[in-house]
Amino acid sequence: MAIRWSQYTHKGFHDELIGPRGRPWPAADHVAKYLRSLKDNEIDERRTAADLAIRAMGVTFTVYNQDGGAIDRAWPFDIIPRIIEKKEWTRIEEGLKQRVQALNLFIDDIYNEQRIIRDGIFPAELLETSTNYRPQCRHISPRFKVWAHICGSDLVRDKDGTMYVLEDNLRVPSGVSYMMENRLVMKRVFPELFEQVSIEPVDSYPSQLYDMLASLSPRPGDSPEIVVLTPGIYNSAYFEHAYLAQQMGAELVQGSDLVVGDDDKVYMRAVEGLRQVDVIYRRIDDLFLDPEAFNPESTLGVPGLMRAWKAGHVALANAPGAGMADDKVVYAFVPKMIRYYLDADPIIDNVPTYLCMNPKERSYVLANLDKLVVKPANESGGYGMLVGPHATVQEREKMGRLIRRNPRNYVAQPTLSLSTTPTLVGHGVEPRHVDLRPFILSGKTIQTTTGGLTRVALKKGSLVVNSSQGGGSKDTWIVDAEEK
Amino acid sequence: MLSRVANSVYWIARYLERAENTARIVNVNTNLVLDTPKGMSPGWEPLVMITGGHALFAEHYPELNERNVIRFLLTDATSTVSVLYALAQARENARTVRDVLPREVWEELNNLYQYARDNVQLGLSKRGRYEYVMKVIRGVQQLTGMLGGTMSNNMPYDFMVLGRNLERADMTLRILDVRSASLLPHAGGLRPFENIQWMSVLKSLSAYQMYIQHMGVRVHRQAVLQFLLQDRHFPRAVHRCVLRVETALRELPRHQQVLPCVEKIKASIAKVDVANLDPQGLHAFIDVQEAMLAEVGKAIGDVYFYAESLPLASEEVTA
Repeated sequence: MAIRWSQYTHKGFHDELIGPRGRPWPAADHVAKYLRSLKDNEIDERRTAADLAIRAMGVTFTVYNQDGGAIDRAWPFDIIPRIIEKKEWTRIEEGLKQRVQALNLFIDDIYNEQRIIRDGIFPAELLETSTNYRPQCRHISPRFKVWAHICGSDLVRDKDGTMYVLEDNLRVPSGVSYMMENRLVMKRVFPELFEQVSIEPVDSYPSQLYDMLASLSPRPGDSPEIVVLTPGIYNSAYFEHAYLAQQMGAELVQGSDLVVGDDDKVYMRAVEGLRQVDVIYRRIDDLFLDPEAFNPESTLGVPGLMRAWKAGHVALANAPGAGMADDKVVYAFVPKMIRYYLDADPIIDNVPTYLCMNPKERSYVLANLDKLVVKPANESGGYGMLVGPHATVQEREKMGRLIRRNPRNYVAQPTLSLSTTPTLVGHGVEPRHVDLRPFILSGKTIQTTTGGLTRVALKKGSLVVNSSQGGGSKDTWIVDAEEK
Repeated sequence: MLSRVANSVYWIARYLERAENTARIVNVNTNLVLDTPKGMSPGWEPLVMITGGHALFAEHYPELNERNVIRFLLTDATSTVSVLYALAQARENARTVRDVLPREVWEELNNLYQYARDNVQLGLSKRGRYEYVMKVIRGVQQLTGMLGGTMSNNMPYDFMVLGRNLERADMTLRILDVRSASLLPHAGGLRPFENIQWMSVLKSLSAYQMYIQHMGVRVHRQAVLQFLLQDRHFPRAVHRCVLRVETALRELPRHQQVLPCVEKIKASIAKVDVANLDPQGLHAFIDVQEAMLAEVGKAIGDVYFYAESLPLASEEVTA
């Protein structure tokens, strides 16, 4: 059997590795040749080696079963890398930086002067109905005017090869640890490829993250106390929280480890006694952060944390309230924000988005429900979504009623033909759909990961890349095709 | 270092040590039963007594026989004294402090737990038992070695030393207590199988070879008791364990609050004259030592893990 590129077909979709007539794109040329040279038993060996590495490294994500118990599942991984040409990546990187810069300026503006509203670019009523807007954050401006210090943006490629930003995750985006673990696995499995191909390394992320967090410290000094705040081992991203803390040499804390003193400073309960905390990389949602300020039922948070943050005694990353720009309606305004704040054209495009709040766009959406994807503004993980072409008449009618009742809460986008990439099935390869989640760090400067996490829908024809629903991941290689 | 984390690493070390010790007594008893003639064999009940799981055993098993005891001590995930349970607890604790453990330690612990869980049938079979048990013992020893070789000998490590040595001392006391009860002192000459049984006590603690080096080739009650209680150098002797606890403790902040109860047991162990202890006296003595050990454990918990109000740490202190 083995891998035969001539038999690999991805009709109707752009493929990340293989171009027309089974010919690999230049950056993927060497890898394609190498894979073709593998015999069936060699493919098996590589796959087994990867499985073993993942099991041994304990790379897991947590899923919940019906009894309410949590199980750790091994991370589904495909050994064929997704490859991006370096020149293209450089452009994407610029686009991501531009985007996040505009988003941070926007959030800071919204919580302070609201110029963008006064200038008539962004409608005031959107703010009033935003679920992630936090009035508690008004008139606060964190250092560098940065609110979303860590952003994970999802990129997809349409059938003509254009990259689009599908969404920006500004609350507590996860996945970066898997990106790093994937690389470790690949180095164990394909050491020879790393010798032959110039693949950009990904391992500087933890030190970049540390430097960015350290730069937020309100206390002068060389070694600020940085902690990662996790909801605990039952959170699906706990592996990542522990991983990042370990890689940065920071303490991994839970809410109960922290206490806010009468001096409005944050301390952690340590063996030596109470130690002051300067920077909190929090992986808990806003509403659970501080029972005094938000949800009084929350046991995950730290009472008084907002007080300490407002007093400037502790830095929170991401800042509370940053999620207001995570709204799918707000997303539609990002190109306008880029023009407004940076006086520049967007380098990466948004997926064209129709806002149901605008009567003209609404009537277009209602007339074309069978062709569009409709999304609620503030849900994540695909909840409440309608994929028009796959929906029943009843489902579409129901969505129409929902849109008419609460137009502000819905946006619609054309159905994209997500790009594919060769994925191991048995001893051969088949196309599977992928997206890409790079991470962008903002402090004094803006940096991005090298590539990002490629998520792949392992089921044939599926567009769902989510790990809890049959999705897996791949290592992402930024390869310089010109350097030979 | 976070109090919660200190608590977890302390328990990782305790549970790992417990898994190793339990695996070892199963192995030694298997050999002992094979070596003693029918009728004189101590059987399997003493093992249940050593682990203190008597009531739990009676609840879940109708009959006290080899197969049930082995299952109870090795592979029963619901038995809180089993090897599998101890490994699961060690792993679960490790999961909550993955950030402070060296990565290879986590991988190895994860592997060991998965091995123990996936090879239950091997452990239960008479032929496979040795392989299973040895794999656990070696696995834990490997982990202990890795921890010593890859983890900075600072606070987290000190808490592991505390946990490991308290658990060790406790196990040595339990084994002595249960085994000596069935072994009456005979001044002078040894009854044939008594010798084998004292040897098995030593072997339960991997102490036979070191005993011979230090105490000579003759195995008898007084020397065994002296060696296992009072030796300052053998890693599983109670005295040695207490000394290790003391050294590790002195590295920790605020140790003045725990040290007195360590001094107490140290003095008690050092000054006892084992030759004058009859079986009842020995039993009573061990009881008192166990209570004193428990006091040390409680003091560590009160000062470092569960303190309600904490003083402000001085600035120079670093993790």
